[in-house]
Amino acid sequence: MSPPKLRIAGLHKSFGTGERRTEVLRDINLDLADNEFVSLVGTSGCGKSTLLSIVAGLQDFDAGDLSIDGAPILQPGLDRGVVFQSYTLLPWLTARQNIEFALKAAGYDRAACRRIALEHLELVKLSGSADRYPAELSGGMKQRVAIARALSYRPKMLLMDEPFGALDALTRHQMQELLTQIWEEHRLTVLFVTHDVEEAVYLSDRIVVMGIGPGRITQTFNVDIERPRREEVMESPAFMDLQRGVHKAIREGSKRPEMA
Amino acid sequence: MPIARSRFLTIAVAVFVGLGLAWWAATGLGLVKAIFLPSPGSVAMQIAKLAADGTLWLDLKASMYRISIGFLIASALSIPIGVLIGSFRSWEAAIEPLVDFIRYMPVVAFVPLSILWAGTGDSQKFLIIFIGTFFQQVLMIMDNVKRVPADFIGLGRTLGLPDRKILTRIVVPSALPGIWDTLRISLGWAWTWLVLAELVAATSGLGYRITVSQRYFQTNTIIGYILLLGLLGLITDQVMKALEKVLFKQEGRSQ
Repeated sequence: MSPPKLRIAGLHKSFGTGERRTEVLRDINLDLADNEFVSLVGTSGCGKSTLLSIVAGLQDFDAGDLSIDGAPILQPGLDRGVVFQSYTLLPWLTARQNIEFALKAAGYDRAACRRIALEHLELVKLSGSADRYPAELSGGMKQRVAIARALSYRPKMLLMDEPFGALDALTRHQMQELLTQIWEEHRLTVLFVTHDVEEAVYLSDRIVVMGIGPGRITQTFNVDIERPRREEVMESPAFMDLQRGVHKAIREGSKRPEMA
Repeated sequence: MPIARSRFLTIAVAVFVGLGLAWWAATGLGLVKAIFLPSPGSVAMQIAKLAADGTLWLDLKASMYRISIGFLIASALSIPIGVLIGSFRSWEAAIEPLVDFIRYMPVVAFVPLSILWAGTGDSQKFLIIFIGTFFQQVLMIMDNVKRVPADFIGLGRTLGLPDRKILTRIVVPSALPGIWDTLRISLGWAWTWLVLAELVAATSGLGYRITVSQRYFQTNTIIGYILLLGLLGLITDQVMKALEKVLFKQEGRSQ
């Protein structure tokens, strides 16, 4: 077996100190294989976003090991592309300039920045909006640019924190289809946080269910639904069964374990 | 309740016209003595006279010079300090409580001290304008900077940018529309501090003319200059707003 792309081993995280100390993540062990799409689901407060943020290097942790391709994660970096739930396009830059901003940070020269930015806008089907400012883009378009930006500098993996959480149902579906299509064509290791089970089943190779009190992994589901996946797959019995199973696991995980 | 723009304007203009008419009627019918409230015509004539003999323009020039320099010094210092304490907690700890304390000290109480320190020339005017605006600006700019979305900073960090670049490439441009708004609001206050300084100790300027006119019971000059000050404040505010729309047009937050 090939070594994992991302390794999370024995991870613990608490907030606060002394009496006020709350444990938010307990003994998290999770490996992501190369080009695997893994979703983290669970009730609110289970620490799924905190876990993603730790992997991004934006938050520290108390104990455990984190590594990408065997190299320990110590800080944020260009080897992990992050797409946030909130719109993070810089409002004073156009769609293209927002992508160029990231490429410039990654050390590309001007000509390369422009070429790669345009390529990635095409990838998310926004070539026509390259010179528009974020205020002129819809929520779905903004997230498409954010995805294009995170992919543009070729990170080793993509971290997505409820990227479609703020979008309306129809746009959300379109975004899920687009993401699946891009992922199936280009393949990349993805860690995806969502509270939408249907979305998780549709997109993922594997779904990790987290529970509360403290945040921990309670169950894992392999999604053995054939690819390429199109929207119709959501109606299939296998899809529905899996969705029910994940829902049940989330419900069970949302109960605090009995105190010993 | 929303109303049409034309209706809004009609109401606004009607209030001005109504008050003007009331003023005109009260003085025309002799309800108040001219020494307390001269007629609109007398005020207009007096201002026209002062404009013709050049007094108005000299007063205006002196005041504009003082407010420009005083406000520029305050802003040039408050912007970097505000950005610094809005971005770094240790700087905030060092400066914010102190500034918060000073800003509750009434500016008026500094006037005698400012004369002791800086005499009665222009630098005393700069000092009063500075004391009146700088401390407020610093706190408001700190707030503008703190309102930069945390995920913008998170984005900069995931792109591997060092803190210095996150500050200059993300935090400052992102806070700029807010900072501009702070400047616009504090410029309005600066007019007040300018006139205060000129009322107490000056040999020129709009505030000085008001004090001198009081000595000679020239109520028409006083009222004319007060109206003029209101107009100047309104104009600068509108100019700042118009510039804001041009400068931050693409960000769609100028509304």
